[in-house]
Amino acid sequence: MKNKIIEGQVIPFDQSNIDTDAIIPKQYLKSIKKSGFGPFLFDSLRYTDPGDLGTTEKRNLNSDFVLNIKPYSDGNIILANDNFGCGSSREHAVWALKDYGIEAVISTSFADIFYRNSFKNGLLLISLKKDELENIFDEISASPKYNLTINIQNQTITTPNSQVYSFTISDADKERIIFEYDDIELSLKYKDKIRNYESEMKLKKPWIFENNND
Amino acid sequence: MKKTLYDKIWNEHLVHENKDGSSLIYIDRHLVHEVTSPQAFDGLGIKKRNIWNKNSIFAVSDHNVPTKNRASGIDDKISKLQVDTLIDNCKKHKLSYFDLNNINQGIVHVIGPELAITQPGMTLVCGDSHTSTHGALASLAFGIGTSDVEHVLATQCININKEKNFKINITNSLSHLVSSKDLILHIIKIIGTSGGTGYTIEFTGNCIENMSIESRMTMCNMSIEAGAKSGLVSFDSKTFDYMLNRKYSPSKQHLNSAIKYWETLVSDSDAEFDKTLSFDAADVLPQVTWGTSPEMTTDINGKTPDPENENDSSKKQYIQRALDYMGLEANQDIQSIKLDKIFIGSCTNSRIEDLRQAAKILEGYKISDHIKQAIVVPGSGHVKAEAEKEGLDKIFIKSGFEWREPGCSMCLGMNNDSLLPYERCASTSNRNFEGRQGDKGRTHLVSPSMAALAAIKGHFSNVVEFINEK
Repeated sequence: MKNKIIEGQVIPFDQSNIDTDAIIPKQYLKSIKKSGFGPFLFDSLRYTDPGDLGTTEKRNLNSDFVLNIKPYSDGNIILANDNFGCGSSREHAVWALKDYGIEAVISTSFADIFYRNSFKNGLLLISLKKDELENIFDEISASPKYNLTINIQNQTITTPNSQVYSFTISDADKERIIFEYDDIELSLKYKDKIRNYESEMKLKKPWIFENNND
Repeated sequence: MKKTLYDKIWNEHLVHENKDGSSLIYIDRHLVHEVTSPQAFDGLGIKKRNIWNKNSIFAVSDHNVPTKNRASGIDDKISKLQVDTLIDNCKKHKLSYFDLNNINQGIVHVIGPELAITQPGMTLVCGDSHTSTHGALASLAFGIGTSDVEHVLATQCININKEKNFKINITNSLSHLVSSKDLILHIIKIIGTSGGTGYTIEFTGNCIENMSIESRMTMCNMSIEAGAKSGLVSFDSKTFDYMLNRKYSPSKQHLNSAIKYWETLVSDSDAEFDKTLSFDAADVLPQVTWGTSPEMTTDINGKTPDPENENDSSKKQYIQRALDYMGLEANQDIQSIKLDKIFIGSCTNSRIEDLRQAAKILEGYKISDHIKQAIVVPGSGHVKAEAEKEGLDKIFIKSGFEWREPGCSMCLGMNNDSLLPYERCASTSNRNFEGRQGDKGRTHLVSPSMAALAAIKGHFSNVVEFINEK
């Protein structure tokens, strides 16, 4: 069976309610592209000087921020506290995480819109129990160089000392990560059903389909 | 089976149930703005896909638009490109677009209801989390990301899992000058920013029944700040009155059948909710957020919290970090907090009722010398025109406020309206996140009348007591 394994250094970001404004600030939402957001991930935490899409000078790194500290600066898995990704629906937050090289985020819970956006872009989100999350945080503070292995098909996380945590994701989300499906194509398989529904509604609720073009 | 309003709208729009428990739900209205749509239109082009139902789409630029000197266009080249891209996409696909100089232009969540683009019982999406606003008209509305914008453009459906039902019942009446903004902040303070995650919230009870549609919109707007993608209020005579004689109200020919459908849009008595909470509106005082999450709220007679009172170390850190960012001490009186800027606007509080409330406080007063800038940004061209007809603009200007053109403005500061580092703002918007209104800016969320009073005093003060003095 096809599988995907994610392996790498964990970035311990011990805060709750990390919002999408923090993940990618508004000045970068002016871009009309889907790519190139990685350098601006956690922009106002990561740099000490302000930036925007037009900034060409080298930015000053905030040496206290976790992404700028070795070995976390080589990480690809974020470990964060409750309710990661709350706030704005901006998918740019997911694009920035992916573009930076983040492959998975582990927390106790995620905001709903962010959750959808992530799986649509192949970013794996894992919810663990509070005590499991705290164990991992404790272990990293004891030994910062800390690699996890995530087996998506088996839905397991293996720690450096071979402890295994299991996690739940829906089959559909699992397949999104492994196969990177085109969701639109999957839905269009039902286009006749959509068309039939629509024809029925045009008779039942014609006011909804009144022409809006003046 | 007794059904909730959410169950009814869901069932009405169910096209297909997948084996994995997700469902294809038909979308009646799709609102599009400049920030979250360009990549979706690009995606369609790359895959050579068509737009399923062009008549379901209404587009407007609001996030990234200037609120003054509109005649000279958009200065910022990057912003202009984004707005022009939306205009080009609308032309190319023949979609309805409200130009910056059109009276119908405004914040997408203000113009939807105002023009009756939003109607009861509809499903409505937009690439913006505050789409929850439209639930005040008994429609199922929620924010989506850009991938889903593209999905809805191409299929007219969204593939989602059903949420659970959450009833928030509010009894009694709010005190005079305590607004629905105070009520929703009070609720978020108690249930937290993830208290509604995984649920659709329906607001019920006599407090909501007596509330205007505009106040209900403020409640539904901030459902997302409690984690719920959608807020809802059942259809009633107020919804009915609101829906008539607007630009896109159903035509005479279909109005009676529309009304017949609308009248079914209430939760059945005894319908089962997965979770229910009750609040007494009479307990609610004017609210002020002190921190960097909408749950960090206290009332006007309150103080900032003391992290030392928390046993949990991460809770302690969470509070300390917010106090540090906000430049506040523990146990500081809310009324001692001095402001630099005042913002009245946003999809939460920029409707005519909000402007009337603020103007009522300001009439006959000047804003404090401490205030560097105070701006009013009406939610739409129609709100602006109505306010000017009522003379509200003159009251604002006379008191020292700037009277601007419609848009999202300083709620998120994508245009030129933003906070400078460490500036402190009393804002009628919806998010007080770090950097939301400008890098290192400090936001306190309040109601329009509380923002107006903060402008007069230069610090927070209790609007209920002020009006007794007035």
